[in-house]
Amino acid sequence: MATTFEQPNASLVDPALAEVEKAAQRRLRQRRALIIGLRVLVLVVWLGGWELAGRLKWIDPFFFSMPSLIFTQIIDWFVNGTSQGPLLVQVWVTLEETAIGFAIGAVGGVICGVILGRNKLLSDVFSLYIQIANSIPRVVLGSVFVIALGLGMASKVALAVVMVFFVVFGNAFQGVREADRYMIANAQILGASKRQLTTAVVIPSALSWILASLHVSFGFALVGAVVGEFLGSKQGIGLLISTAQGAFNSSGVFAAMIVLAVVALTMDFLLTRLEKRLLKWRPAAF
Amino acid sequence: MNHAATHDVPVIEFDSVSCRFISPDGKATVALRDFSMSVAKGEFIAIVGPTGCGKSTTLSMITGLLKPTTGSVRVMGNPVAGIDPRIGFVFQADAVFPWRTVLENVAAGPMFRGRSKAAAYEEAKEWLRRVGLEKFGNHYPHQLSGGMRKRVALAQTFINKPEILLMDEPFSALDMQTRTLMQDELLQLWSANKGSVVFVTHDLEEAIALADRVFVLTARPATLKKVYEIDLPRPRVTSEIRYEPRFIELSRDIWHDLREEVQIA
Repeated sequence: MATTFEQPNASLVDPALAEVEKAAQRRLRQRRALIIGLRVLVLVVWLGGWELAGRLKWIDPFFFSMPSLIFTQIIDWFVNGTSQGPLLVQVWVTLEETAIGFAIGAVGGVICGVILGRNKLLSDVFSLYIQIANSIPRVVLGSVFVIALGLGMASKVALAVVMVFFVVFGNAFQGVREADRYMIANAQILGASKRQLTTAVVIPSALSWILASLHVSFGFALVGAVVGEFLGSKQGIGLLISTAQGAFNSSGVFAAMIVLAVVALTMDFLLTRLEKRLLKWRPAAF
Repeated sequence: MNHAATHDVPVIEFDSVSCRFISPDGKATVALRDFSMSVAKGEFIAIVGPTGCGKSTTLSMITGLLKPTTGSVRVMGNPVAGIDPRIGFVFQADAVFPWRTVLENVAAGPMFRGRSKAAAYEEAKEWLRRVGLEKFGNHYPHQLSGGMRKRVALAQTFINKPEILLMDEPFSALDMQTRTLMQDELLQLWSANKGSVVFVTHDLEEAIALADRVFVLTARPATLKKVYEIDLPRPRVTSEIRYEPRFIELSRDIWHDLREEVQIA
């Protein structure tokens, strides 16, 4: 026989519950403030310590630079331009190379992923070579591209393409072979013609493969562009870094790094916004 | 036990079918051996058997994905050729399109078949109402629970008014409670649709609760071991019918047969 229980304990009833909640939320706010405070503290200690160490000559500012020197360098670049031209032009060139490299690499990755995913013979033959190509650090191809394509944009775009291609290809290949089999069968049974199959299943799937790795591939494209610029170029943030390196301008190297970091973080933020909008239909962890 | 002969041509007919295929590592496997089965119009039949015996192979042969090595498979009196638009299929895995909303998913069938977008959406809304998802039309599949996704799959399939419904362990991936709800849902949708259903499952109780006849397959290479007539009255409530004495009796008998095969497999 089931027994009935007595009235619940008073501390579980509404007003007491609201009290407990308020206290918990106050604690949460305090904790968040603490974390932000500590973060600021860490930054101040780091930058302050660095500056102090430089001024007191504990470290040699020639080799290690100081926050004040780096700041001055950035301002200088902004106002007077770099040795290659205005700072923003350098940023723009790098971004252009990144974007074009990403676009070509993504489209190429999808096409090859679909072809190899559907054709067993091709996939068996080429999978070995793809595996080998994948395990070589692809940045070393940069030198090949500089020799072959010169110092202009082409060699940087090529390196970015190569970096992006394998990521997107992997996603597309797997998608075609595994996840999408049932969706294609379902669409066929529901009555889709070959053309409808392509537009209603294959292409949206392809987009999802690209979007799945958007963050990572774009990041790789940026790396490809900047490294390509290290190896030989006429413009770009990577060139800024390598020029500063060549002139032993440590402030310049750090300053260019900061510019690059700002660019990367901004891109990251924009990409996250784009992803959130385009990926409304996908669960958070994929 | 056979049905009394009807004048209608059986909707699905397997005639001494054997299916042999070569697996990826070069071994020849016989999936079905001398298998015969006949499904009448409006009949709900279930196929049970040990895991891996070839139950799903029978469904592939009805859709035409697999061809019989010997024997013949007929649908509506004609040999199977290509995908018949009168067939609907519900998969075990999620096959709804994740990038489409629930409404767009359900409307997919009619749109593929040439209905106008407005008409397709109208019908889709009606079907969403029927499966109880009318408030979720603009949601995406990943925002729904497993059971709700299955209901989307059912609506997506039934909207095409299939005369033959093939189901490959559709509820296996769901928890027990959701499964029972879905079984009732299926029976309701089917009673309005009045088509024939071939339901493959490894869950014996599910088979007995849903079907008019249960086909028990042997271990691989599978052939028909026995056909059981399920004479439980309709309409059935799946959560209650399992306590009927006749259900328990059938369950015991069929399990007796099935257990032998499971032990061989």
